[in-house]
Amino acid sequence: MGMTLAEKILAAHCGASEVHPGQFINARVDIVLASELSGILAIEEFEKIKGARVFDPKKVVFVMDHFTPAKDIKSAEIVKRCREFARQHGITFFDVGRAGIQHVLLPEKGMVSPGDIIAGADSHTCTHGFLGAFGTGIGSTDAAAAMALGEIWLKVPESVRLVYHGQPKKWVGGKDLILRTIAFLGVDGARYQAMEFTGDTLDRLGLADRFTMANMAIEAGAKTGLFAADEKTRQFVRRAGGREGAYHRSDPDAQYAAVHEFDVETFEPFIAVPFLPENVKPVSELAGLQIDQVVIGMCTNGNLEDLRAAAEVLRGRKIHPRVRAVIIPGSQKVYLEALHEGLIDVFVEADCSVSTPTCGPCLGGHMGVLAAGERCVSTSNRNFRGRMGEVTSEVYLANPYVAAASAVAGCIALPSEVLK
Amino acid sequence: MTLKGRAWKFGRNIDTDAIIPARHCNTADPKELAKHCMEDADPDFVKKMRPGDLIVADLNFGCGSSREVAPVSIKAAGVSAVIAKSFARIFFRNAINIGLPILECALAVDSIAEGDEIEVEPASGTIRNVTRGETYQAEPFPEFLQRIIDRGGLLPYVEERLAERIVNRFA
Repeated sequence: MGMTLAEKILAAHCGASEVHPGQFINARVDIVLASELSGILAIEEFEKIKGARVFDPKKVVFVMDHFTPAKDIKSAEIVKRCREFARQHGITFFDVGRAGIQHVLLPEKGMVSPGDIIAGADSHTCTHGFLGAFGTGIGSTDAAAAMALGEIWLKVPESVRLVYHGQPKKWVGGKDLILRTIAFLGVDGARYQAMEFTGDTLDRLGLADRFTMANMAIEAGAKTGLFAADEKTRQFVRRAGGREGAYHRSDPDAQYAAVHEFDVETFEPFIAVPFLPENVKPVSELAGLQIDQVVIGMCTNGNLEDLRAAAEVLRGRKIHPRVRAVIIPGSQKVYLEALHEGLIDVFVEADCSVSTPTCGPCLGGHMGVLAAGERCVSTSNRNFRGRMGEVTSEVYLANPYVAAASAVAGCIALPSEVLK
Repeated sequence: MTLKGRAWKFGRNIDTDAIIPARHCNTADPKELAKHCMEDADPDFVKKMRPGDLIVADLNFGCGSSREVAPVSIKAAGVSAVIAKSFARIFFRNAINIGLPILECALAVDSIAEGDEIEVEPASGTIRNVTRGETYQAEPFPEFLQRIIDRGGLLPYVEERLAERIVNRFA
């Protein structure tokens, strides 16, 4: 019987010719990933394992990205402990100034190739599906186990196939496709499943759009969100200096738990309103709602293409006097390229604050935490209660065009209205 | 082993930010984490609950981030078990890995009212509602997971895997 993309990757990592949904396997991992937040607990658990050594220091990667540059003394202590562990075991370590948000950083460093399994102690590890890699979120004890064994236990997931048709309108991108998909499935609609993104629309979108879509697979509860690697993937991985990788595709007779089709030509920019990513409405329905803050970037929309989109709206304009905007490039490389392209000039001249790469405000860490009752339009991936700050603050999730337009208007706004 | 305590009810999609907000995640100390357990879902939870009490929640408990400090804070607060209609997958793994008893049982969630006296036998998945004189049966775990649960968490399993490799090397 035919296999899906997810099943093929898993089979290739457990020495089996085929695997089936529901089966438990021990899968070899290509990268074990942790931030300082998950890493500290992974270190504590790892050190409890009798006789444990890191299975391969090159494949164990710690990225300091959540509360860095250290936001307080406790965070500084955690990062210090991770730094010491990295030195002791010789693992791959990315510190402040040499880093970025882990899911933006690893692909651009050539560390992720199609067909890989990336086991990351960060729920957004599903992002690596944008390159056709099986990225999946795990906890800290899982990470400790994977660091020692070079493998993790996985239940082979069912796959759900999402097919997108048609040419998206101007101002509609990957963010809108995935928000619409999460609205359709619900926040647990793909629980335990592998999402597989396909359809002619995807050929018209860039890798940054795929990145955003795979990033938010977890917001539908999925184990991973996969794109079949193609020529665009190959070019990206080659430029990054990565290994060739494995270009799996689902078989025509592969079995899916469900197949859903979307007509993208009818899509307009969408926005997810508090307090779940599934609460999705057309931006036009919320136009005029006053806001206090805008955050653009981070992992979900922190690639150069996303910053270009924001700059397209902000160029030659000032953000609304009542609003503050924070721009967070996904990595040092993205920051530098944005600088060379003049995008940082656009942001600063528009009165935006530009931050070093960090997860920062997305999880209410630092660099833009919200006060009681404040409302923020963010290009991040979660709008849970209290996610970005005080428990009564509100986060609205949108694409970078909409976020930038809302910053200029001082209220939720369509870019087409602001650019008139 | 029988776990006994009162039920505290929560709704659907309780996310890990509600279980342990990120502002308290700059530590791995279970005692510190326990102080803020469920804070953004119910700020008074740790004041009201007593050791042994249970969390009873609807669908998709523990969705959102992979933070293992979420089940750690629940366990350290003294919650003896979490019963839910379903669990988000990373929370599910984390709870099993650290030895926090979790049970999936929709009937129990629909039948139990806040404050009911509950007894749970994690090994058999039997849930008794002492207040109402009812018994519910949780979904059994697959054999593979039951082995990890029986060992009290993931680390003993890891040590067995490592030992197997040493044996294989010399075989």
